[in-house]
Amino acid sequence: MSLRLEVDAPHPGATAGSGPPPRHRHADRPVRARLNRFDLKVSPYLYIAPFFILFAIFGAYPLGYTLWVSLHDWDLLAEDHPFVGLENYQRLLGDPDFWNSVVNTLGIFVISTVPQLLLALWLAHLLNRGLRARTLFRMGVLIPNITSTAAVAIVFGQLFSREFGMINWLLDLVGVDGIDWKGSKLTAWIAVSTMVDWRWTGYNALIFLAAMQAIPRDLYEAAALDGARQARQFWSITVPMLRPTIIFCVIVSTIGGLQLFTEPLLFNSGTNPIRGGPMRESQTMTMYMFENAFAPHFNFGYGSAIAWMLFALIAIVAIINVLVIRGLGKNQTGGE
Amino acid sequence: MVSLGNLAARPPRGGAGGQLWSASRLTYGALILTGLLSVFPIYWMFVVATRSNDAMGQLPPPVTPGGNLPGNVERLLGNPDAHFLTGMLNSAIVAGAVTVSVVFFSSLAGFAFAKLRFRGRNGLLLVIIATMMVPTQLGVIPLYMLMSELNWNDRLQAVIVPGLVTGFGVFMMRQYASQAVSNELIEAARVDGCSTVRIYWNVVLPALRPAAAVLGLLTFMTTWNDFLWPYAVLNDPENPTVQLSLRALSNGYYQDMSQIFTGTAIATLPLLFVFIVFGRQIIGGIMEGAVKA
Repeated sequence: MSLRLEVDAPHPGATAGSGPPPRHRHADRPVRARLNRFDLKVSPYLYIAPFFILFAIFGAYPLGYTLWVSLHDWDLLAEDHPFVGLENYQRLLGDPDFWNSVVNTLGIFVISTVPQLLLALWLAHLLNRGLRARTLFRMGVLIPNITSTAAVAIVFGQLFSREFGMINWLLDLVGVDGIDWKGSKLTAWIAVSTMVDWRWTGYNALIFLAAMQAIPRDLYEAAALDGARQARQFWSITVPMLRPTIIFCVIVSTIGGLQLFTEPLLFNSGTNPIRGGPMRESQTMTMYMFENAFAPHFNFGYGSAIAWMLFALIAIVAIINVLVIRGLGKNQTGGE
Repeated sequence: MVSLGNLAARPPRGGAGGQLWSASRLTYGALILTGLLSVFPIYWMFVVATRSNDAMGQLPPPVTPGGNLPGNVERLLGNPDAHFLTGMLNSAIVAGAVTVSVVFFSSLAGFAFAKLRFRGRNGLLLVIIATMMVPTQLGVIPLYMLMSELNWNDRLQAVIVPGLVTGFGVFMMRQYASQAVSNELIEAARVDGCSTVRIYWNVVLPALRPAAAVLGLLTFMTTWNDFLWPYAVLNDPENPTVQLSLRALSNGYYQDMSQIFTGTAIATLPLLFVFIVFGRQIIGGIMEGAVKA
C-alpha cells in the first residue's frame, strides 16, 4: 500500500516540469529518496516477518489453542465439543495411568540427565587438553548425536533384548544373570536412559568444552601459583565459571528430556509401543498424550490437558533446577 | 579425574594448540574408550545389516561384516509395509526444502537483527530467543487440527511448512553476522546506491556462507531425524518419511532383524556421510553457538 503511494507521488511534479529529459531526472529524486526511506525504515520488518508469521501460525497459536481445547469435551468424530471447564484436568488427577506416565517421565529424566551432564563435564575436561588428533576425538564424542533417533532406538532395543541381547551376554560374562530389561519399570528406565545418554552426552561435552576454552588462562595460572591442585582448580574455577553454561544445558535437557517420546516408543516396538510396554513400564507423558489424542482414542480435549500438565511440569522442573544450581554455585564461591 | 593428581605438578605446556594442560595416557585411554562406545552401536548396525538373521542368535555376537547385504536390501525394498524407497525420497524432499528455507529466512532475519536499525529490535530478538525455550511440540493437537482444516494430512507440506523457520537459525545467523560483516562494508554499499536487498544478496550472504553451511547441515540432520510430528500427521502408510518406514519395519509381528537393521543403516548413511565430510565445521558451529548463547 505505502509502496504504491511512493511511486505515485512524483506525478504532479512531473506534469509541472518543462522538457522531458530534466523532468525525468527531477522526478527521479524524490522517488528514490522515498524508496530509500522505505528501504531503511520498513524493510527490516519484512526480513524478520517470515519468522514471526510462521512461528505465530505453527508454533505459538497451536500451543495456546491447546489450552482452549483442554477446556472442552473435544472428540475428533463428535459434531460439537461442549465447554466443560476443568473437567479434563479433574479426570487427569484421578487417572492412575496419567500419574504412572508422570513418574516414568521424571524417573527417566533423573536417571538420564544427572549422569549425562556429569559425564559431559568430565569428557569436556578431558577434551580441554593438548590432544593429538583433536578433531577426531571431538567427532568421536559427537557421532551418536548425528545418528537417527529411530534407528538408534531400534538398535538399542536389540542390544537390550532378553534372549540374545549383547548387554545381557556381557553381563553373563561377569556372572550377572540375564535381565528382562523391558520387564520392569526400573530396568526399562535404565535402558531408555542409556539411549538418551549415548546420544546427548557428547553434544553437551562439546558445549561445556567451548565454555571452558573461554575461561581466562590467568585464573588457572594464579591458582597454580597459589598451590591449588588440578582437582581443586576444576571445582573452584572451572565449575563456577561454567555456571551459565551448565544452567543453559540443564534447561535445554529439561525441555527435551521431559518431552521424551521416540526412544521409549521404539524401544517397545512390537509390544504395545504407544503404551510403553504391556504394563506401561516406560510410557512417558508425551506418549500418554499421544495415546489419548490420536489413535485409538482421538480425545483431543483430554490429550490437550495432558499437554498443559506437561508444560507446567517442564516449567516447574526448569525453575527448580535453576534455583538449585544457583544455590550450589553460591555455596561454592561463598566457601572461598 | 584419576589423571588429575599426577598432572598438577607439571607446568602448563605451550604446544598442541596452546592448551593449559597436557594429556596423559589415561586421558587418551578414556577418550578412546568413549569413542569406541560411541561408534560401536553404529558399527554393529552395519554388521547386522550384512548378515543373515542367524547372526542375532549367535553368542558371542559376530562383530565382522558378512555377505548378506544384497539379499537384505532386496527384502527391505520388497517389504510391502515399509515403503522404504518412498520414505527415503520423502525425507530427502522434506529435509532439503526445510534446509533451504531455514538458511534463507534465518540469514535474512539474522542480517536484519545484526546490522539494520529499527524500532523494537532488541525486544524482538529477545522474543526469538524465548521461542527457543518454548516446547512447541506440546501444540501437536491443534497443529494436527489445523492440518486437517487445510487438508494437508498425509501430505508432505504438513511436515515441511511448520519447519520453514527456526528461532535457533535466526539467532545463530544474527550472532555470526554481527561479527562477520563489517559495518563499513555495508555503509560503502549504501553510498554506492545499493538497496538493502542488494546488500543482503551481494555483501552479507557471501560473508555468512560458513555459518549458513553449518546451519544448513544441522537443519538437514534434525529434519531428517524428525519423528514425532511426522508420526502424528503422516498416517498414510504408503507415504511415510524414512523414520516412519523404520517404525513400520520394526513394529511387524515377525522381526526380521537383519532386514530392519539394513533399513536403519541405509537411513543413517546420508547423516554419516555429511558428518564425515563436514564434521569439523559442524563441531565448530556447535561450539561457537555455545559460547555466545
